[in-house]
Amino acid sequence: MVNLVKMDLIELAVNGEKRLVMARPADTLLHVLREQLGLTGSKPSCKNGDCGACTVLIDGQPIKSCLMLAVEALGHEITTIEGLKDSPIQRAFIDKFAFQCGYCTSGFIMNCHALSVIHPDAGDETIREWLQSNLCRCTGYEEITEAIKSVLAQEPKENNG
Amino acid sequence: MQKVGIGVSVPRKESQDKVTGLAIYNTDYLSPKLLYAWLVTSLYAHAEIKSIDTSEAFKVVGVQAVITGDSYHLLCGPVIEDHPPLAKEKVRYFGEPLAVVIANSEAVAKEAAGKVKVEYNPLPVVNSLASALKEGAPLVHENVAFYKQVKPNEIFSKAGTNIAQHVKIRKGDLPEGWRQSEVIVESNFSLPQSNHIAMEPRNAIAEIKADGQVIIHASTQAPFDVRKILCRCFNLADTQVIVNTPLVGGGFGGKTNVQLEIIAYLASQAVHGRAVKLIESREQDMTSSPGHLGLEARVKIGATRDGTMKALEITLEVDVGAYVDSGSQMTRAMAADCTGPYHIDHVWCDAYGVYTNHTYVTAFRGFGRLSYVFAIERTMDKLAFALGIDPLELRLKNALKSEDTTPTMVRLNKSSIGNLPACLTKIKSMMNWQEGVRRETGSNKVVAKGISCLWKTSSSPPDATSGAIITINEDGTLNLNVGTVEIGSGSKTSLAQILAEKLSMDVNKIHVVMDVNTGISPSHWKTVASMTNFMVGNAVLDAAEDLVEQLRSIASIVLRCPPEVLEVGGGKVYLKEDPEIYIEINEIGNGYEYPEGNSIGGQVIGRGSFIMHHLVHMDKDTGKGKLGPAWTVGAQAVEVEFDTQNYTYKILKAATVIDAGKVLNPKGARGTITGGMCMGLGYGSRESCLYGEGGERKNPQLRTYHLMRFGENPTYLVDFVETPLIVAPYGLRGIAEHGIIGIPAALANALTTAAQVELNQTPLTPETIWQAKRGKLDDSL
Ligand code: FES
Ligand code: FES
Repeated sequence: MVNLVKMDLIELAVNGEKRLVMARPADTLLHVLREQLGLTGSKPSCKNGDCGACTVLIDGQPIKSCLMLAVEALGHEITTIEGLKDSPIQRAFIDKFAFQCGYCTSGFIMNCHALSVIHPDAGDETIREWLQSNLCRCTGYEEITEAIKSVLAQEPKENNG
Repeated sequence: MQKVGIGVSVPRKESQDKVTGLAIYNTDYLSPKLLYAWLVTSLYAHAEIKSIDTSEAFKVVGVQAVITGDSYHLLCGPVIEDHPPLAKEKVRYFGEPLAVVIANSEAVAKEAAGKVKVEYNPLPVVNSLASALKEGAPLVHENVAFYKQVKPNEIFSKAGTNIAQHVKIRKGDLPEGWRQSEVIVESNFSLPQSNHIAMEPRNAIAEIKADGQVIIHASTQAPFDVRKILCRCFNLADTQVIVNTPLVGGGFGGKTNVQLEIIAYLASQAVHGRAVKLIESREQDMTSSPGHLGLEARVKIGATRDGTMKALEITLEVDVGAYVDSGSQMTRAMAADCTGPYHIDHVWCDAYGVYTNHTYVTAFRGFGRLSYVFAIERTMDKLAFALGIDPLELRLKNALKSEDTTPTMVRLNKSSIGNLPACLTKIKSMMNWQEGVRRETGSNKVVAKGISCLWKTSSSPPDATSGAIITINEDGTLNLNVGTVEIGSGSKTSLAQILAEKLSMDVNKIHVVMDVNTGISPSHWKTVASMTNFMVGNAVLDAAEDLVEQLRSIASIVLRCPPEVLEVGGGKVYLKEDPEIYIEINEIGNGYEYPEGNSIGGQVIGRGSFIMHHLVHMDKDTGKGKLGPAWTVGAQAVEVEFDTQNYTYKILKAATVIDAGKVLNPKGARGTITGGMCMGLGYGSRESCLYGEGGERKNPQLRTYHLMRFGENPTYLVDFVETPLIVAPYGLRGIAEHGIIGIPAALANALTTAAQVELNQTPLTPETIWQAKRGKLDDSL
C-alpha cells in the first residue's frame, strides 16, 4: 500500500505574520499558500516555472512559488500579493489599464514591485529582462510597460534599449 | 450633473480586486469538502482500448473512485453528438481523457492516475488533412450517420468519409467570372492548429445534492450552455442544474466548449454526489481540451487588368480534430465570409470540416476568420503584384460597401457594414505607406510593410437571447444584473457605461453583479462573438426604459403631474420644463412613503431582453442565408525588419484601424485590440501544435509552445472609425476578437515582401522562411 499522508507542521513567515501550516515534503509553496492559508492571489497556471502567474517575494526577491517547496521557504520572509497594500505599482496597473482578465496580474505586480524596489532606476533592458519571466495572454504588454515605467524613477540612469 | 458614460475610459469595475489578489476565479474555489479529480489521458492518437486496469490505482490511500468510459453510454456535442466524455472502445486523439481518478487530494488523485494501466491496440493514425481525405482513409468515426444531430440545419456530414461538415457557397456564375477575368492568381496555404492558452487553465467543480440538484462551478464563457448541454446529456430538467461562474481568467473561445463540466458531473456521480474539483494541468489544457483549428486552403482569384475582382474559387479544409464540437460552425462561418471584405460577383466556396486524429477544436478568437483571412489576404497581395497595383489601392478598389452582396447573398446597407475605405485611408497615413513597402537599410537589413483587411459577422443561433435586470438601492445607486461572464473584455463595465449614458448617471453609481448564476442571472446566449455589448447592451437599454417608465409613473403621483412631462436623469425624476421640481429615484425606487405613512409603489425592477432577429440558416446547396446582424471591418498592417542573411526578423510596428461604430471605452478598446494583435503576431510567428509521426503531441508546454513575451511586442498603432450600426446601443460594433484576425496575414505579407519569396504558411520562423527560400522542405545544404 502506498501511503502519501506524511505531513509536517511548519511555520512560515507570510506577509509579516507567522503562520503554522501542514505540509507534505513535496508540497509547493504555491499549493500551501493557496490551499492552507487561502492566499489565492498567487495563481496556478503552468506549475512549471514558465509563466510567472504564481510569483511571490522571498526576502524581497521574486520567486515562482510553483517551483519552490513550502519547506524551502522556512526561515524566509514571504510576501504575496495580499501583503501589498496600495503600492504605487498597484495604482499604476489600474491607471494604465494594465490587465484584462487579471489572472496574470498578481504575478506581474509582484515582479514589477520587486523590480521597482531593487532597481528603481532600471532602463528598458533591465525591465525587459525581468518581466520576460511572466506571461500575459490578454494584453499586448503595452499597458504593463507603461505601468512599470510610471513607477520607476523618471529619468533612468541606465541608458539602453 | 456629473455624467460618465459612453466614450470615457472608465477603469474596469473589478479593478481593485484584480490588483490586490482578491479577485476570485473558479480555480480559487476552496473548501475542505472538496474531492479532487485527475484525468488519465491517452498516449495514442488512434487506438483500440483493449483494457483498463484500475486495481493498482484503487489501492492508493485516499482514492474514492475511478471511472472509465466503458461504464457509460453517452455521446455529447453541441452540434452533433459524436463525443463520449471519456473515451469508449477507442481513443481518437493523443491526450483524450479515458478515465478519471477521484481522491481526497489532488496529489493522491494524480499519483493514482499514474497507476491506471491501459492496454492499447494501435490503429492507423489520421495525422493530416491530406491523409484524412485520401480514398480509403482510415475513419476517425465509423458511425457518423448514426450520430444524433443537435442542429440538423447546420451540419452536413458525409457518411463513410472523414468529412464531418461540407458547406457550399454558390454565388453568381463562376465560369462567367473567369471569362471576365484578365489576370488569375492561385495559391495554397497551410496553417496548423494552435492553442488558446488562457492563463487560467480550464477547470470545473460539480456537486449533486440529495434531491438531485446539480451545482456546477465552472470557468466558462457559456454558463447557460453548460446547463443546456448537461441537461441534454443526462436528461435533466433545466431547473435541476445551476451553473456558477465567477471571474474567468481568459477564454479566447476555449471556454465556450463544455467538457470538464460533464466529466466533473460523472466524477461527482461516482462519489454519491460529493463536490469534485477538476483542474487540468497546463499540459492537459493543451492536449486534452480543445484547441484552435488547422486549415489547408486553395485560393484562386480572377480580376480585370484594372484590378476589379471578378471571381473567387476557394477550398477550405478545416482540421477539426477528433470531434466536431464547434468546428463545423467555424467551417460554416469561414465559408459565409469567404471573400474577405471585398465585392466579388462570382464566388464558389467549398469548406470541409474534417475529422483527424488530432486534438479536437473549439471556438477561438475570430471564430476561424484569422485562418481563411490569411489565405485571402496573401492572395490579394499576389494579385496586386501580378497586376502591378499597390496592394493597399487594390483593397481600396474592391472594398465592400453598402448595396453590395455578401457571399451568402445578404445585401449590405450603410448600417450593416462598416466603412473599410475610411479604415484603409487612415492606415495608409499611419503606416507612412507612400514611402514604399520595402527599403534596404544596410548591413543585410530590410524594412518591409504588409497590409491586410478583415471583416466579421457573428454566427449565433437565430434565436439567441439576452436579458438584463436593474434594481435601485436605498442610496440611489443601481444594481445591474446580466448573464454575461467577465472574461477580461471589460464587458460588465461597458454595460454599466451604456446604462449610465442612458440614465445620465455617474457610472460609479452603477454596481454590476460580477458573477453569473444561471438560477438567478437573466440568461445570455454565451460570452462570445464580440456580441456582448450588442446583445446584452440592447437588453440593458430595454431594461432602462422599463425602469424609467415605472419611475415616471410613481413620480407622476408624487409630483402630481402626468408621467409624460417627466424625465429621468442624474438620479432624479424631474419636470422637463422645470428641473427644479424633482424627486430622487431612491425615494421612489423601493416604494414611496407619504409623510403620514401611506405608501405607494413598491420595488421598481427594470426588466429588459433582446432576441436576434431576421437571421436565416444557410442554404445547403448555395449558402444563401444570414448568420449575423452586421459586419465589423478593419485594416491592419505590420512592419518588420528582416535580416536577409539569417532570416531572423524583428516586428517593429503593428497597426489596426477598425470601424468600431462607437468607441465605448477608449483605453479599454485599445487594450482589446492590441491584445488581439499580440496574439495574432504570436500565431503568425511562432505558435503551432506540433504532432509527431504517431499523432502524439510534441510541444504541450509553455516552454516548448512559445507565446509572445514582454518586450517582444512591437509599437502598436491603433485608431478607430465610427460608422454607427443603427440597431446597436449607441451605434457600437463588436471589436473584441478582431485585433487578431488580419495580423498573421499582414505579417506574412510584410515578410514575403522582405524575403522576396511567397510565404504561405504559419508559423513564420526563420527556419520556415529559409525553407521557402530554398524552395523545398529538406534542410540539407
Ligand atoms: S504557475 Fe508558476 S510559473 Fe506558471
Ligand atoms: S490579463 Fe489576462 S493573462 Fe494577463
